[in-house]
Amino acid sequence: MTALSASQSPTHWWQSRVVKRFLSHRLALLGLLMIGLLTLACVVGPYLLPYDSLFIDLRARFAAPFTGDHYLGTDPLGRDLAVRLLMAGRISLLVGFFAMVLSILVGMLVGVVGGYRGGWVNTVLMRTVDGFLSFPTIFLLLALAAALQPSPVMITVIIAVTSWMEVARIVEAEVRSLKEREFVLAGRMLGLSGAHIMFREILPNVMGPIIVAATLTVARAILLEAYISFLGFGIQPPLPSWGNMLNGAQQYLDSAPWLAIIPGVAITIAVSSFNFIGDGLRDAFDVRNDSF
Amino acid sequence: MPAFLLKRFMQSIVLLVIVSIIGFVVLNLIPGGPLAQYALDPGMTEADKARLAEQLGLNRPILVQYFDWAWRLLQGDWGTSFRDGNSVLSVIGRHVLATFLLMGSSTAIAIGIGTWIGIRGATHRYSIFDYAATVGAMVALSIPTFWFGLIGIYVFALRLGWLPAGNMYTIGDGSVLDYLHHLIMPSVVLALVHIAIWSRYMRTATLDAISQEFVKTARAKGVTERRVLMKHVVGCALLPMITLAGVQLPSLLTGALVTETVFTWPGMGRLFLDSLGYSDYPVVMGLLMFSAILTIVGNLIADIAVALIDPRIRLA
Repeated sequence: MTALSASQSPTHWWQSRVVKRFLSHRLALLGLLMIGLLTLACVVGPYLLPYDSLFIDLRARFAAPFTGDHYLGTDPLGRDLAVRLLMAGRISLLVGFFAMVLSILVGMLVGVVGGYRGGWVNTVLMRTVDGFLSFPTIFLLLALAAALQPSPVMITVIIAVTSWMEVARIVEAEVRSLKEREFVLAGRMLGLSGAHIMFREILPNVMGPIIVAATLTVARAILLEAYISFLGFGIQPPLPSWGNMLNGAQQYLDSAPWLAIIPGVAITIAVSSFNFIGDGLRDAFDVRNDSF
Repeated sequence: MPAFLLKRFMQSIVLLVIVSIIGFVVLNLIPGGPLAQYALDPGMTEADKARLAEQLGLNRPILVQYFDWAWRLLQGDWGTSFRDGNSVLSVIGRHVLATFLLMGSSTAIAIGIGTWIGIRGATHRYSIFDYAATVGAMVALSIPTFWFGLIGIYVFALRLGWLPAGNMYTIGDGSVLDYLHHLIMPSVVLALVHIAIWSRYMRTATLDAISQEFVKTARAKGVTERRVLMKHVVGCALLPMITLAGVQLPSLLTGALVTETVFTWPGMGRLFLDSLGYSDYPVVMGLLMFSAILTIVGNLIADIAVALIDPRIRLA
């Protein structure tokens, strides 16, 4: 009897069904583990490795991985690739994370206001979402990146500008269906303000889809940063990012293929880990949405 | 039906207006705005710039400028390329076919392989194949397209020597076979992400269709399993495929830009990057607007096609 009631009404958040379902998703756990290890390596690693990411050693140019003193070899200037990879990881993960935070904030605001207010406000907001979605992301990103100063902060903002629409759509649809429910009507009868109902009453009920979207947006943002930095319009050297480490790699593809292979593996591991986690969360929250 | 078409058409017009506003904002974000092309000219004095601004009407209220710009866009006056003095539309026109060729062949590959994986995954649900396809699709969506291209060049061009590392044709050859030879790697690279998307879609669509009553009826009538799959299940999934193809246009264009860069393919994506490199803003703006219009028109055509085929909409 006690066991039954305990399983029906969890006393702690980690006993909830969502957490249990997430923990039974093996790929999501793998993703979580990978992201944990990757973040740890990027934060701690550069202190443990004997080289500085900007230290140029022209005698050690193009050292192959696993030979000599450099674990992952060196680049065309003789800089240690392992430490550069980890420093780049810091930048790429930070840009990805903050671009996600920004785009979730914007998307959430647009979605909640549009879905709750309805009418012409919603029409204007949702048609703007459609408008942004009509541009191929990379065209808009590159045009903005070329027009504005490509500092890491600006790159983060630009990525957010081209990534908030999906969240807005998801939240708008959820809010629109929630606003007819009794608890919202009760809130109105109590005389609560629109802002209070939108953000304190309705929004907590949309957190599941938002958390799923947030995870997938990190993955997307890391990819987008890699795309524009690879093309030379993102994070600018000497600051390393996974994308710009690949920028000059094509010309050395024949003689030094590891320059192209290593950063790409890092990107793929990071992005697929976030996608795995997002997939697990989607199952856990039981969100039926395939727009990503 | 006419009511649906009219409504859908009006939606596209509204979307075009919004897209043009976003485009205009981007144009004005460029340092120097529409005068950017003169920014690098050392012979330009401040007085010259002021006179030009006066001549081009840049002193007018921003709203007037917008309508003027949008009106010229509508008339087909997209400006002239800063680099070679040709009209922007003719410059874009020279590169459109190469991109369409790449996008078309890659979509054919993606639909072919993706559909097969999706149907097999659904009919052999929870098998090793299904599980591998699911994980594989998620990884495929996580691989940067350009990196996949670089690995492809390394393996198939540099190590094995089976495929060319770039360009659209060999100078001095240019036969159909030569074009095809050059087309293989870029279109497969561009297709990877879309194989993942199509296979996920087909798996869901097939699972949905299998549980439908008409499939049970067909099976009860003694129709072979293969025929049930090919005729009823795939037929059921075909219509939304048209819509999905339209929805994927922007991501296809994004992939094309990156793929064209890696494989020096002379399409719109490469043109866009080259123009950015030369600060050729009229062409950059032209391509930005062109790609958005292409998306909107593509989606409109897809929706009209679905409406024409689907009796539920056609007869409404």
